[in-house]
Amino acid sequence: MNDIAIRVEHLGKQYRLGRKQAAYSTFRETLLRAANAPLRWLKGERKAEQNSFWALDDISFEVKHGEAVGIIGRNGAGKSTLLKILSRITSPTRGRLDVYGRVGSLLEVGTGFHPELSGRENIYLNGAILGMSRVEIKRKFDEIVDFSGVEQFLDTPVKHYSSGMYVRLAFAVAAHLEPEILVVDEVLAVGDAEFQKKCLGKMSTVTNEGRTVLYVSHNMDSIERLCSQVIWLNQGNIEECGKTEEIVNLYLNSGLPKENLTQWSNRKGSQSIFFKYLAIYRKESQLSSREFQMGDSVHFLILLHSNDNFARAYIGLQLINFQGELVFAFHSQERGFRCDMRKGENQFKLIVPFLPLLPGNYYVNLAVLLPDKSIADEVLLADTLVVYPTDRYSSGYPFLSSHGKFFIEHQWVNLQDSPEGQNL
Amino acid sequence: MRELPPGNYIHMVIEPPKSWMPLELSELWKFRELLYFLTWRDIKVRYKQTALGAAWAILQPVLTMLIFSIVFGGLAKLPSDGVPYPIFTFIGLLPWQLFNFALTQSSNSLVGSQNLISKVYFPRLVVPFSSVLAGVVDFGIAFVVLIGMMAFYGISLTPATLLLPVFLFLALTSAMAVGLWLSALNVKYRDIRYVVPFLTQFWMYATPIAYSSSLIPERWRWLYSLNPMTGVVEGFRWAILGKSSLDVVSLFLSACVVIAMLIGGLYYFKRMEASFADII
Repeated sequence: MNDIAIRVEHLGKQYRLGRKQAAYSTFRETLLRAANAPLRWLKGERKAEQNSFWALDDISFEVKHGEAVGIIGRNGAGKSTLLKILSRITSPTRGRLDVYGRVGSLLEVGTGFHPELSGRENIYLNGAILGMSRVEIKRKFDEIVDFSGVEQFLDTPVKHYSSGMYVRLAFAVAAHLEPEILVVDEVLAVGDAEFQKKCLGKMSTVTNEGRTVLYVSHNMDSIERLCSQVIWLNQGNIEECGKTEEIVNLYLNSGLPKENLTQWSNRKGSQSIFFKYLAIYRKESQLSSREFQMGDSVHFLILLHSNDNFARAYIGLQLINFQGELVFAFHSQERGFRCDMRKGENQFKLIVPFLPLLPGNYYVNLAVLLPDKSIADEVLLADTLVVYPTDRYSSGYPFLSSHGKFFIEHQWVNLQDSPEGQNL
Repeated sequence: MRELPPGNYIHMVIEPPKSWMPLELSELWKFRELLYFLTWRDIKVRYKQTALGAAWAILQPVLTMLIFSIVFGGLAKLPSDGVPYPIFTFIGLLPWQLFNFALTQSSNSLVGSQNLISKVYFPRLVVPFSSVLAGVVDFGIAFVVLIGMMAFYGISLTPATLLLPVFLFLALTSAMAVGLWLSALNVKYRDIRYVVPFLTQFWMYATPIAYSSSLIPERWRWLYSLNPMTGVVEGFRWAILGKSSLDVVSLFLSACVVIAMLIGGLYYFKRMEASFADII
């Protein structure tokens, strides 16, 4: 008997990134790279292995029909990549997936909504994009409108909707998707508390109907309410999986990361001093985290092992953005910090009182140099950190990644009205 | 609890892409409703927030026709095969503007649908395809203008006009064939969006829109007819006016070029498709 809805075998997904490779390239770069290729080959630099990383390393699991499975893990653990492969948005680099049944995926609410079109038109458009047939949408139309509660504005272009109305309408369409296997990414993180409750309610009806659900969330409450099984991902691998209660407890108690940089292969240098581990945390909490808000105070705790005593070594920590560009390099030398290494364990802390990063994903590179400036150890992509949008000035409009490369603290002054302006 | 007995589920295998993937054109048929909705959206949204709205569909070809009539017909006195020059050039402009629009839109279509591509699965072919189809409405409007103009000049349509869809189809297929290549390349190399305006400009001068193809020396004709739009424009003039004779050989040559480009484009597109979501 075939009870399996999803079977995943040795799934892996590799992404490329690097200093040179931007999100997209131009002809000129490709030509230059092609021209330089023989030279690089002579120098022994083969396919830029160090410029790629495995978002999913080696994942195998099975989901039975009718099961609701939660997927948890820190940012960068590979949750979204897994969902993207399951919903066929991106393809795996290795491994195989067998899926039995129609898959409907909700990685975002309101995908394909067009601001110029009316609510009514968007219901049809969005429904079709999510994979519903016209007949199906027509049949469920009243139900969708009812659920969204935006009847009066059905013929208004959605660009005039408030963000709450927009989300409600978008979720209403999504909630009426009826695939055999539903793949959901944190869509519940939107809308007001009351609407979230309604969404959760709808989701639990879906699971109670016996449909197969894969659900990614950071919200352990909703995971516990909806899912019977949980898969905990960590750095592209399955850390634990099993009964929800058990795994969620393990996850919440995992506290400090066990990331042992000693096993990290992505490195070079003589290794006479080497990095043992890196922990990143927000000042207030002692818990390590990878998720920050713009302007947070961030501490990097670095543990190194030295084979000898070295007076005046150098430590560096780089922040790299998702495009592979260097955002900033913290060098002990420029900061005037004398970094003496004792034989054995050494601990250092880098304190950044105000993190001026715009929302997005950032990578951390580490390097330690010997007093003669030769590389002792260099660890690329030692860790990631995620910065979330913050409404720093409570304007109602948070700063986003589209605002530039980094954040600059600032203020505006109207010189006509303010008395201080007159004095200038 | 289950609606279907076990074993009745559709089985799907997801594996790493191979270098030669089957085209799976039946997938496109499965997603025909999405194709319909995206085309409908493009048509609907096109002239929203423009002051003149759908009047642009008339203004664009008519203004170009006026300019051509003054510069090429009036000043340069180019021959127009015995029909009034405005009619001559307008018939050429009809399929050209459709082609130009379809090509430009489809080239930019994937990049313009970033959000969809990174969030939902569907055969990516739907995107350039729908932008090609969306141009047909403008063509229809401009065609009505042509009929009005012909009535004004006292020229009647020939029965061969019924064959027009054949040439229309050839124009759309040509745009699709080139659009497939360009849209997929555009995902990886954003240079394409700067290349497209030049490409269409060169292409327009290589097509007998402002001038008659009888100006081309005989020995270069074969090269000239490799341009599928030559066959389309000649075909349009032949079908509507019935004056010149139809060069079946060069039309066949054009069709072969289009088919070759289309098949190549489909395979290239399919090959790139797997990585669209990662690099877009």
